[in-house]
Amino acid sequence: MIGWIDTLVQGVLLGGLYAMFAMGLSLIWGVMRLVNIAHGDFILLAAYLALVFGETANLHPLAAAPLVVAAMALLGYWLQRGVINRTLGKGLLPPLLITFGLSVVIQNLLLEIFSADSRALRAERITTGSLQLGDSLAVGWFPLGVFAAAIVLGLALQAVFARSALGRALRATSDDQETVRLVGIDDRRMYALATAIAFALMALAGVFLGMRTSFAPSDGPANLLFAFEAVVIGGLGSFWGTFAGGILLGVAQTVGFRLDPGWGLLVGHFVFLAVLLFRPQGLFPRTR
Amino acid sequence: MSLLATRGLTAFYGDFQALFGIDFELGAGEVAAVIGANGAGKSTFLQSIAGLNAAPRDAVRFDGETLGGEPAHRIARRGVSLVPEGRRLFPSLSVEENLRLGASTRRRGPWTLERVYALFPRLAERRALPATLLSGGEQQMAAIGRALLGNPRVLMCDEISLGLSPAVVKSIYAGLPQLAREGLSLIVVEQDIGTALSVADRVYCLQHGRVSLHGRPAELTREAIARAYFGLAA
Amino acid sequence: MSAAATAVERATRASRIGAWAGGAVLVGACSVPLWSDSGTMRLLVEFFCFLVMAQMWNLLAGYGGLVSIGQQAYLGLGGYLLFALANHAGVNPFLCVPLAGLFAALVAWPTAKLVFRLRGGYFAIGTWAVAEVFRLLLANVATFGGGSGQSLMAMAAIPRAVREPAAYLLALAAAAGAVAAVYLLLRSRHGLALTAIRDSERASESQGIDVAFTKFWVYLVSAAGFGVVGALYYMNILRISPNAAFDVNWSAYVIFIVVIGGIGTIEGPILGTLLFFALRETLAALGSWYLIALGGIAVVVMLYAPGGLWGALAGRFGLQLFPVGRRLRRRQ
Repeated sequence: MIGWIDTLVQGVLLGGLYAMFAMGLSLIWGVMRLVNIAHGDFILLAAYLALVFGETANLHPLAAAPLVVAAMALLGYWLQRGVINRTLGKGLLPPLLITFGLSVVIQNLLLEIFSADSRALRAERITTGSLQLGDSLAVGWFPLGVFAAAIVLGLALQAVFARSALGRALRATSDDQETVRLVGIDDRRMYALATAIAFALMALAGVFLGMRTSFAPSDGPANLLFAFEAVVIGGLGSFWGTFAGGILLGVAQTVGFRLDPGWGLLVGHFVFLAVLLFRPQGLFPRTR
Repeated sequence: MSLLATRGLTAFYGDFQALFGIDFELGAGEVAAVIGANGAGKSTFLQSIAGLNAAPRDAVRFDGETLGGEPAHRIARRGVSLVPEGRRLFPSLSVEENLRLGASTRRRGPWTLERVYALFPRLAERRALPATLLSGGEQQMAAIGRALLGNPRVLMCDEISLGLSPAVVKSIYAGLPQLAREGLSLIVVEQDIGTALSVADRVYCLQHGRVSLHGRPAELTREAIARAYFGLAA
Repeated sequence: MSAAATAVERATRASRIGAWAGGAVLVGACSVPLWSDSGTMRLLVEFFCFLVMAQMWNLLAGYGGLVSIGQQAYLGLGGYLLFALANHAGVNPFLCVPLAGLFAALVAWPTAKLVFRLRGGYFAIGTWAVAEVFRLLLANVATFGGGSGQSLMAMAAIPRAVREPAAYLLALAAAAGAVAAVYLLLRSRHGLALTAIRDSERASESQGIDVAFTKFWVYLVSAAGFGVVGALYYMNILRISPNAAFDVNWSAYVIFIVVIGGIGTIEGPILGTLLFFALRETLAALGSWYLIALGGIAVVVMLYAPGGLWGALAGRFGLQLFPVGRRLRRRQ
């Protein structure tokens, strides 16, 4: 019995990481109805950036994290401003095809630069300590920290969107891109800012991912899939729905792994497919 | 010296030409009415000035400087505000949030949230509601309030009477001359000739993308206006 | 102008020349087994496979407006059906090719019901998720060799002199058939519906076009095409594994071919496949740089020349080799 509770807890904590993956995807979709196919690869890029900082400047991943976040935010801003903004409003295909192209380019660049070997971010002291709950239940400090970070970030995002001037401007831009210009707001810049925020989230997620597990250049697509499944399970248009979706996915995968290592990911996929079949709007959708 | 002027303004929607060279002038503190039948090009005219439709560089001048070709958000920041046709409030935002967004032009001036609420008390009562829950008249007031909070020097109103009851139209138009007296210049686009003429210092009549008549209301006869509006032969 | 004064034409001068040239190429292609070697035939089989995939993906995306990055699901299924029937049920491998297409379409039926609940970008990722599910499922099935796959024993029984030309001709038939099918489809009423949907879904619906149904069977046709290719391809290389068969790089290659060649045209995918193979032969030594270059070119093309290579050429010279449009000509 305790074994199952432990599995559940592990799943929930994993879900926190998935929720972080999904937040960036959900944000960009919410503001500009865009899906970035290279989403998972950018998360991975962040992990590799942290690796580079670690190896060249001997920085602990958490120390490197602010640098990675800043670098990725800048990258996201200029990517949106310079490339993706041009494809918006021109139909469905261009943004998807361009971000797909970027995905392939990033994966193969990482492959060329870092080779296909698995790497990991060195953070033993943080990642191996754990908190004792009762007699036989131990919860790792690190997964707990990631989960807490996800909650804090979710709350912060919610606050920014609901209460700040920037959030107002972003919501208005997402409502009506043309009219927003009439009140003096540059919609192109708003999109770029939204992407920068999303990339900052993805950067943090990438650093945590690298600290939690080993990674290789071909892992990008998996990250995208998990983010996407979390969003679909939770429901489009709702931050907390996405969060719940991430948790459910994490639990499903962890339970699956416990049943049979070959079936871990599959159980997660099945939960996603089941939600798609029986409740396509997601479990906690927000009606707009 | 006019505050806002257009010279030979043209406008296209793809291959379709909507405006064929509009000459227009607005002096400081004036109210200009632009009238015409459906499809005459009135909205296109305002949208071209506002930057939603790309205007040729020298075709629009504001306060002595070129306005044509500038992006719409910069035009708004320079003090030319459009209240668009159909109001176009932001559905995800409350009334107050919509109004506050108007201040994104970052311009200084007499307009504050309190002053807008004083002008339109009904909005103050409904400030926390989602903008979509307002009646047509209230939405129009909110749209005007949003534009006013940008502290513009020129306010352009596109068919604000559309879909509103005569009483509401009257009350909104009653407030316009006061705005002009305080220094705001207005361009009012209307299908309703009577309402437009009642507030205007100058009238321009558009027909199929061209100016068919212009002058001061006192100088123009009803027959001349009707001819220009409908395009009937003399 | 009265109706008798104008004529509706389909063919252009370029298309008539193209028809003759195409016929000549086809005859020439049929004769290949007589005068070329093993290596060339296998390369051509691969070429035909990519040509079919490009046409199928273009049909789905360029005409149906559905961007899928998971068609490799059906490629893998087609390949595994071949192995299942030929290795384990003793069916003639060549017969498995059309069966693979049928099987893929059958699986695509319920899959479409699921995946069509998503739109746009989420649809794209959804198709990818489906391919992943198939990959993981098959990796867990021991009969097919699990994660490491298996070899096609059944082909060993057939003598090489028969096996290779037969595979080649089958692939040629598939390629010619795919191009012909797409061409005829687009010339027909259904093709007009597709083009209308591509231009505006709403307008099409208001004209009475059943958009949902049209997209549905386009998805099925595309799946069948990929299924056929799966069987053909793995019959050609004789060994299958889940990671190879369901690799997303299949989609990457096909998408790049269609985008660079010219999306939304029949000529584009053909041109794209030719370019792809030419590049591959010259850049073979570069490994992942090949994909990086392809991806970069595709991004640049999408930004600055969304019609691709053929779009640029056709726009410049007003060419149409496969006349799917209709022109109005005044009668003298």
